[in-house]
Formats: sequence, C-alpha cells, structure tokens
Amino acid sequence: MSSRITTSKTAVAGAICAAAAVVAACGGSSGGGSTSNQASAPGITPTTVTIGSTQPLTGPAAPGYSEIAPASKAYFQYVNAHGGVFNRSINYTYLDDQYNPTATSTLTRKLVLQDNVFAVFSALGTPTHLSVVDYLNAQKVPDLLVSSGCNCWNNVAQHPYTFGYQPDYTIEGKILGQYIKQTYAGMKVGYFVQGPNDEFGDDGVLGLNDALQGGGVTVASPVQYYAPTAAGAMGVKAEMAALQGQGVQVIAAFSIPVFTATMLASAASIGYHPTFVVSNVGSDAPTLTAILTGGALGVTLPQALIGGVVTDAYLPLVSDSSNPWITLFKSIKAQYAPTLPWDGNVLYGMVQAYTFVQALKAAGQNPSRTDIVHALENGHFTGPGIVPFGYSSSNHLGYIGVQVAKIGPDGTGTFVGPVYTTDDTSGGAITQYSGTPSTPPANGIP
Amino acid sequence: MNTLARHGLFFVAAAAVLVVVTYQVDEFTNYNIAGVAIFVIAAAGLTVLVGINGQLSLGHGALMAVGAYTTSLLLKAQPQTPLIATLLAAVITTGVAGAIIGVAAARLRGPYLAGATLALAVGLPQIATHFGSLFGGNQGLPVAPLSPPAFLGSDFSSNRWLAWVALLAALITLFLLANLVRSATGRRMRLVHDDETAARLAGIDVERTQVLAFIISAACAGLAGSLLAYQLGITSPTGFNLQLSLQLLSAIVIGGLGSLSGAVWGSILLVILPLKISDLAGNLNLSSDVANNLPLAVYGAVLVIAMLAFPRGIQGALLRIVGLARRAIRTIGPRPQASSPS
Repeated sequence: MSSRITTSKTAVAGAICAAAAVVAACGGSSGGGSTSNQASAPGITPTTVTIGSTQPLTGPAAPGYSEIAPASKAYFQYVNAHGGVFNRSINYTYLDDQYNPTATSTLTRKLVLQDNVFAVFSALGTPTHLSVVDYLNAQKVPDLLVSSGCNCWNNVAQHPYTFGYQPDYTIEGKILGQYIKQTYAGMKVGYFVQGPNDEFGDDGVLGLNDALQGGGVTVASPVQYYAPTAAGAMGVKAEMAALQGQGVQVIAAFSIPVFTATMLASAASIGYHPTFVVSNVGSDAPTLTAILTGGALGVTLPQALIGGVVTDAYLPLVSDSSNPWITLFKSIKAQYAPTLPWDGNVLYGMVQAYTFVQALKAAGQNPSRTDIVHALENGHFTGPGIVPFGYSSSNHLGYIGVQVAKIGPDGTGTFVGPVYTTDDTSGGAITQYSGTPSTPPANGIP
Repeated sequence: MNTLARHGLFFVAAAAVLVVVTYQVDEFTNYNIAGVAIFVIAAAGLTVLVGINGQLSLGHGALMAVGAYTTSLLLKAQPQTPLIATLLAAVITTGVAGAIIGVAAARLRGPYLAGATLALAVGLPQIATHFGSLFGGNQGLPVAPLSPPAFLGSDFSSNRWLAWVALLAALITLFLLANLVRSATGRRMRLVHDDETAARLAGIDVERTQVLAFIISAACAGLAGSLLAYQLGITSPTGFNLQLSLQLLSAIVIGGLGSLSGAVWGSILLVILPLKISDLAGNLNLSSDVANNLPLAVYGAVLVIAMLAFPRGIQGALLRIVGLARRAIRTIGPRPQASSPS
C-alpha cells in the first residue's frame, strides 16, 4: 500500500480529482460514463478491485479442487490484460486453508481486516466456509459464489451477503432420480453416498428419494456409505458386494472423485457391472481418468471403467470442443495458466470468474458493497451455464438445474434429454427449461 | 519473596503490558493474539504431561474437541449461558475425559501410549460425525461470537475483547501451572518422569501422579477448546484433526520441552509463522503446483532448521544466550564499568 502511494504522484492527483468529482456529482455512485473512478468501497481504488478467497491448495481436498482458484485467476488476468472492469484491474488473492475450518476462520479475517478485500469470492468447502459465513455477513462483506453445493448458502434473511453458485445436491438428486425412474423402470436401485451425517450424501439422498418415491423402481436399503478418509480409498468391495447381493441394477452415487473411481474399480473387481449414476462433483471424466490410469488406487486401471457412467452437468461439457464457451476458456487457459490441466475444475473456476466480472460490471462504475449484492440479485445473468441462476432478492441459490449426461469409454460426454430446473423442496416441481444457450461476447469479457 | 508472590507479580505485570498492547495493534493482530493465547493454554497443559511427567499424548487435539463441543452444546441448549460457565463446564468435562483416558494411559508405556492417544486423535472427532443429529455432523455447531460487555462501550472492538478473554485465561493457566510445577506435586511428577522405580521406592504413587497429570493437562486442553469455539464461531470435526494434536506437540518441542516459557515461544511461532508465509507464494511468479506447496515447504524447513540449530528449543537457546552473556560479563568481571556507556 505504502509503495503505491510513494511511487505514484498521479494517484494522489487522481484522489484529489475524485474528491472534487464527489462534490460536483453529489456523491452519485451510478453516474454516467464521464465520472472518474473513485475508491468507492473497501478494496476498491480508482485502478484496482481486490478480492480474496480461501481454497484447499494442499491437503486431502486439494487434488482437483486446487485448480479452481488458479483457473479463476487466469480469467481475471485475461480481463486485466484487456482493460479490466471500468479500467480497474482485478487483484485476486487466494489463501490455502487446507480444508481446515480453523485455518479458514483465521485466513478469512486476514482477507477482510488486513488485505482489505472488497468481497470474498469462490470460498471452497461446506464445513470450512460455514465457519465464517456469520462473520462475513456481520461485517457486511459480499460473500459471492461459494464453491459448495450445500443449500445452506441460500438464507437471505440471515446471510444477505452470501450467494451460492453450483446447484445444490438436493436439486441434483431430484433430477437424477427422475431420470432413473423414467429410464430404468422396474429395476432395483441402490445408493452409495458419502456419510453418514454428511450434507453432501444426505442432501443427495433426500433429492433421490423425493423423485423415486411412488415410482416404478425399488430402492434397496440400507444406504451404503463411505467415509471420506484416506483409508477408505483402499476399497469399497464390501459395499459393492452388499448391493450386488441385493440384486441392485442401478447404483446412484454421491461421491467425490477418488471414491467414484474406487467404486468403479471395486465393483469391476468382483465381476459386478450395474449402471452407475454419479453426481456432478464426483464424475469429472479427466479427473477420474487420471485417478484410474495414474495408479492413485494402488493399481493401474483402464480408463474404460468410466464408460457408461450417467451423470449431470450445469456447465457445457469439457469434452465438447464445438461449444464456443469451451473454446474461449480453453484458449484463455492455454495462454494464462498453461500448467493447469483442462478439466471440469478449471472450467468451474473460469465460469465463476466470468460470473463475478458480470456482477462487478453490473454493480456500476463506482460500486459499494451493497451494489454488487443488488447486481447479482437483479442481474438475471446468462453466460456459460446451460441452466439459469436462481438469484433474486429472496433467493441466493446458484444454478437451479442440471442436464443428464452419459460418459463414453474414452471420457467424452454426451447430453441426454432436456435441461431441467427445480428447487430443493420436497415435491417441488421439476420443470423442463427451454431457454436457449447464450454465446460468448466477441472479446470474451461480459 | 516466595514463589507465589513472585509469580503473581510477574503475571499482573504481564497482564498490564498485554492490555496496553491490545490497544496499540489492529483488529487482525488482536484476533491472532487471541489465537496465540488459546494455543498457549493447550500447549502449557501438554508441557506438564509430556515435558514434566514424561507421558506422551498424540491426542490432545481430540481433548480440545471435547471442550469445544461441551461449550457449543451448552450454548445450543441455553444461548444465554455466561462465558465463565461455559468455560468451566468445558474444563470439568474435559478433565473427566482426561481422568478416564489417564487411567488407561497410566498402564501404557512408550509406543503403546503413543498408539492409544493417536487412536483418540483420529477416533474421537468421528463421534461427532456419527451422531450427527446431536453434534451437527460434518457441518458442526455454530457458536455466537463473544460480544464485549456493555460497560466497555458499544464501539469496543470484539476482537480486542476476545484477546482479553483469551489472554486472561492463558495468564491464569500459566500462573497455576507455574506454581504447580514448583510444588511438591510438580516434584513428584518430575521424579516419575526421571525414574519410575526410584519414585516408587520413595513412596510415590506413580499411577496416581500420572493420572493427575493427565487430568490437569486435559483440563487445559478443554479450556483452550472452549475458547477456540468462540474464536472460530463453529465447532466441527475437521477443525480438530490429527494435525492439531501434532502441532501442539511440535509447539512444545520447538519451544523447549519441559518449560512453560517454551510452550509460549512455541505457540507464538506455530500460530504466526503460517500467517507470515501464506502470502509468500502469491508474490512470486510460480506454477501453481509449486506455489501451492511452497508455504508448507518453508514451514517445514523453518521447523527443521530450528530444531537443528536449537536442539533444546527456543527456551534452551535463550537460556544459552543468557548464559554466554553472563560468562562474557564475568570474564570482563574486574572492570564492571566496561558495561556502562562511555
């Protein structure tokens, strides 16, 4: 901070001009294009916007997820290289909390109190981010696009500054359940999920049950659980054998990538070949391929194990090179983050960054913190997502639907059937979404 | 002056200095001062167990979880419970848990004790996951932040208040422990550490001494856990992982095993160091694989170098420096005026 002041006399001059402009324009923040940039909020200077995040860059949740923040940063660098937002460049600081709430708590306070961020963006993890959501809202710090599918981010009364991003697991469960009911009528369905007492697995089961009840399929009980610890990745043969013994033909799984791979490997090793229906977070084909073929499970396994897996998506498929968004983000990745792989995590981070830029632009030239909250609530943004956002003044849910997809033996995905949207209430209608996908702006910046 | 009065005077002076400090620093520093104070409480308790009494515990993080969950459950049932009551409840529950574990621990030696307490560190937090409806599962239990009492004024910083509470708790803990280790009980604990057979011959009940050390140590961990719940605003199993237990152990070894001052130095280092190096990687232009792991590598390297350079810990190094200085003065001895400014 001090170096910026000492090195730039123009900044001082700019501040004086800005002060004069405030007097002249009576402090109007949404003035016309001729107003100069002002330091309109914490973290906003005439030339920069500083935002921050906590991410698992190391530790158990790091594989895959550690790519998200560097991918977002790559997109911000691209925006900065093309003039930034209202001529401000975006400074993105992300800190490693190792998926540990104690660290999240401290590092979030560092971002707010010491780094003076305008907003917290894309903070990752349910137990981690839950430890700071009250704090951020008490401090009135925008807490945007949380990287977690917990429906706990949608609580406008208590947490007016917090916004979710990805579809919550109940929404996913409902739409996957509907697909199972329609496609596998008369068959026996079993569950393999993270838990017990884990919101990821529990919310998914809630959605699945909601869609499957009274349908033409039988649901096997009990639910088979795995605990997300390193020891668990040794194998889930017992769980698979139990489902096999019950004659389960379709396994619905809410699992993180390592355990999806373990499930596929364990079932194959006992000669059990049901249909696997796996939630989005656990089905990224490049990540699964790397785990299976890279020997992460102790043996090298064929990629073809992922062939036939049914999943869902709310973003374009990473393997769809004909999609203009994929082409755009892939080329930005190649230029600004060449060491990152091209997979679902990178796409996830880039789309979040794109959405943030949309919101920042809509918040006006000299935004306050509440301006960006209102911008998200009223923006009705369309972008790379194939489903709409649920944002309004009474709803802070992110994407509110998914489209079912099938993964081929070579890892290529194909969409199956229409896009559906729904809510996370029991019995809430699942409706077909007919909006047309948008195309990226010519320069790739909203 | 007797030990009690000397310690009392020292801690009152320390409290006065620290209060002044909390007015001079910013919000985030106050938050970190509270973090150090909480860590000091747990580390000082562990020092009594490991450094003084010679029992190893790899499971103190789990005992902190007992304290944190006691406080969180109490506040969930009765949100208006006063601070002092939640802290005491945490101390008592964790003390009882410590007594039970201590009885088992007193029968175990060396690697068996390490293994048993390791199992505690891994297993105990899983109880919270398993009985999710009571303990909030992986999401944990929220805890309302401490608000400063009304008489301090409405604009009194909540982080400064948190620092005051944690510092007061830490100073009281250190005061009590400092007196304990210099008492007859403390001497019995040391003797059990040095030579169990000799202790038995001297008529000391070895098991009783060991269980007592475990209770005291656990009670400290409970107090620290309770304060941590207030500081973090949430109590969840992931916050009390094995890493926390190992960090506590690292703190007392790096600080200087067996000395309470060592526990303080070690705590300061382990809380502040990760914060100082968290920005490090961001400022360099490195590939993300390297950048992500750089702070951890630096952290590890600093700890390894510290142990190589000061095998007796920071406190040991400080004592050595003081010793060398004294010898230097003695050498110059006959001319004391040499030390006065010329």
